[in-house]
Amino acid sequence: MAEQMTGAEMVVRALLDQGVEHVFGYPGGAVLPIYDTLFQQDALEHVLVRHEQGATHMAEGYARSTGKVGVVLVTSGPGATNAVTGLTDALLDSIPMVCLTGQVPTPLIGSDAFQECDTVGITRSCTKHNYLVKRIEDLPRVLHEAFHIASSGRPGPVVVDIPKDVQFALGDYFKPQTHTDHKSYRPQTEGDLEAISEAVDLMLKARKPVFYTGGGVINSGPEASERLRELAELTGFPVTSTLMGLGAFPASSAQWLGMLGMHGTYEANLAMHDCDLMINIGARFDDRITGRIDAFSPNSTKIHVDIDPSSINKNVTVDLPIVGDCGHVLEEMIRIWRTKTNEPRTGAIKPWLDEIESWRKVGCLGYENSGKIIKPQFAIERLADAVRDRDVYITTEVGQHQMWAAQYFPFEKPNRFMTSGGLGTMGYGLPAAVGVQVAHRDAVVIDIAGEASVQMTMQEFSTAVQFRLPIKVFVLNNEYMGMVRQWQELLHGSRYSQSYSESLPDFVKLAEALGGKGIRCEDPNKLDAAIAEMLAHDGPVLFDCRVEKQENCLPMIPSGKAHNEMILPDTADIGNIIDEKGKSLV
Amino acid sequence: MNPHLRASGSAYFLTKDTTKIERHTLSVLVDNEPGILARIAGLFSARGFNIDSLTVSETEHEKGLSRITVVTKASPKILAQIKLQLERLVPVHRVHDLTEEGKPLERELALVKVAGTGESRVETLRLAEAFRAQVVDASIESFVFEITGRPDKIEQFIALMIPLGLVEVVRTGLSAISRGPEGM
Repeated sequence: MAEQMTGAEMVVRALLDQGVEHVFGYPGGAVLPIYDTLFQQDALEHVLVRHEQGATHMAEGYARSTGKVGVVLVTSGPGATNAVTGLTDALLDSIPMVCLTGQVPTPLIGSDAFQECDTVGITRSCTKHNYLVKRIEDLPRVLHEAFHIASSGRPGPVVVDIPKDVQFALGDYFKPQTHTDHKSYRPQTEGDLEAISEAVDLMLKARKPVFYTGGGVINSGPEASERLRELAELTGFPVTSTLMGLGAFPASSAQWLGMLGMHGTYEANLAMHDCDLMINIGARFDDRITGRIDAFSPNSTKIHVDIDPSSINKNVTVDLPIVGDCGHVLEEMIRIWRTKTNEPRTGAIKPWLDEIESWRKVGCLGYENSGKIIKPQFAIERLADAVRDRDVYITTEVGQHQMWAAQYFPFEKPNRFMTSGGLGTMGYGLPAAVGVQVAHRDAVVIDIAGEASVQMTMQEFSTAVQFRLPIKVFVLNNEYMGMVRQWQELLHGSRYSQSYSESLPDFVKLAEALGGKGIRCEDPNKLDAAIAEMLAHDGPVLFDCRVEKQENCLPMIPSGKAHNEMILPDTADIGNIIDEKGKSLV
Repeated sequence: MNPHLRASGSAYFLTKDTTKIERHTLSVLVDNEPGILARIAGLFSARGFNIDSLTVSETEHEKGLSRITVVTKASPKILAQIKLQLERLVPVHRVHDLTEEGKPLERELALVKVAGTGESRVETLRLAEAFRAQVVDASIESFVFEITGRPDKIEQFIALMIPLGLVEVVRTGLSAISRGPEGM
């Protein structure tokens, strides 16, 4: 039954009908009618941010940690343009998000009115889809469609631009319909059974197989991670994952190789290079993963499971593409595998597993610890140890600390690691942590940060204070934009152009000024106690962890090199594994 | 060169695509909604794909559908990407690679303005007749011809008109349809 109401009321009603509980936003002239409607209800909680970019990253953290659609509400003009970074971030990392933007009244569109911008034009290339709703009659359909498109298929951000006169207009509201009948948008979720069966045949014959999994497994829902664990157990194959896929497979498993790619482990990258069967589940052959394409896993047969047909053969040509939802395809793989055998192939692939073990023994994540200076790797290990038995969610900014978090923090469950992978957005982690904490009030939410990144969205610490969200911002402070400095050291003769963080604020005083708690630690012997103090505090904490200034993030595949040409840390025991020629490369 | 300015590496891994470039005609069935052309054109520019020709017009009014004909040049791998990326857009219903599916019928219309007097005027008319170009406007010192056909025929006609006093040309871009009983 249709019910008559204003456009602004429709927005709030549609959000509630879509199961939304939290909205991240910032008011302004062109969304005042919606904010007025929000004021007159209490079913939806609105989290007031300090900058619209913060709202988008909060929605991303919220979405990625819950599997629900993150919702953003911002005004026209600068409200919309400030949201662009977060929209692009969500597009590259396939995060479901609906961003509602206010727009100047329809008769003023195109007149360069106050706070007018061409929102649909600007966001066309950074959204999965976007709408400008010029007629109240279209509003209910568009709102529901936006949620359907954002959350189905390969998830992504959707913008709905609503002019102010449409928010005031009266119209008929309809509840969400089932969307199986969308006229042109029909994502393929079920994989082709013949192809899946062929994949299982290849898996039964492989001598050097490896699972290469990605964010698609996490986006598919927690069941997909369960299926991945089941299939890994059934087959006995080793598993590596991209940054976005961490947590889908438990780091404590003996079959886990660690993350792969530019800063991935030696064993994961060599397994990828030398395998004869690569089973890619929900990853997209990103350039941080493949390194040099022409030297990428030269002798393997490649299976690629992806819900987005355009990901297939985009970067790497594969032998057996399977378009479908990871969870569904994994389930079918398990079913077919079971009809063929009940034994894992651990015995049949023993020489391969032994080879992997020898690579593992190199100890590529080894580092020289110090009794005087806190090593960043040590700091993350101590942090991980301190929260081992807690319900913990980790976010990161972008840079060295992000890679160290991925390398040294063991993730056991999906949806626990929120990071900006595709776009590499510095400033993502603090607001993302706020979003995660909104969804999980009692969990420990930690932003592993760098002192440069965190300053990009530092003001959202104030949001955490206002909404009593006890996020912990763990800053690995090396006074450098560490990854920039590392590249300058490796590629530009250690000329540290503009990468030194000059005039850093006193983070402890800054935290206090914003209404939170600040802690500083410079001594590795006092680190455990300081971390315990941070975790014990019931409120937002900014932890200034002073670490080794010029530590490099290793291992690393340098530019233009292949997976088997990694730079290893000095502590690695390369022993007899690498021949003389190889040694000159590491 | 100053050694300090020498490129000493990159954050990216570059490989050169040396496969052969092909020219293909794609037919794209889309919802006729505001911004659809910008969506299609934006996809091509954002991903670095080529557009040689692009025509768009509503073809099924009651269903609100438009048909876009795009002529593009790319390697086979990129052509596959173009098709898949187009299909990913929400208002796109179907994409057909007409060139891959067989030799499509391809036509273009051009309006050609030629000015001249005396003998050249006679020659202009004679050539127009040979090319089956119709006179759609005439004055004492000019003609406007309407010519339809494959793009190469139109190009040939235009080339012949240059010495005879070609003033200006407008072309519609390519429209294409597959042969045989099957529709899109």
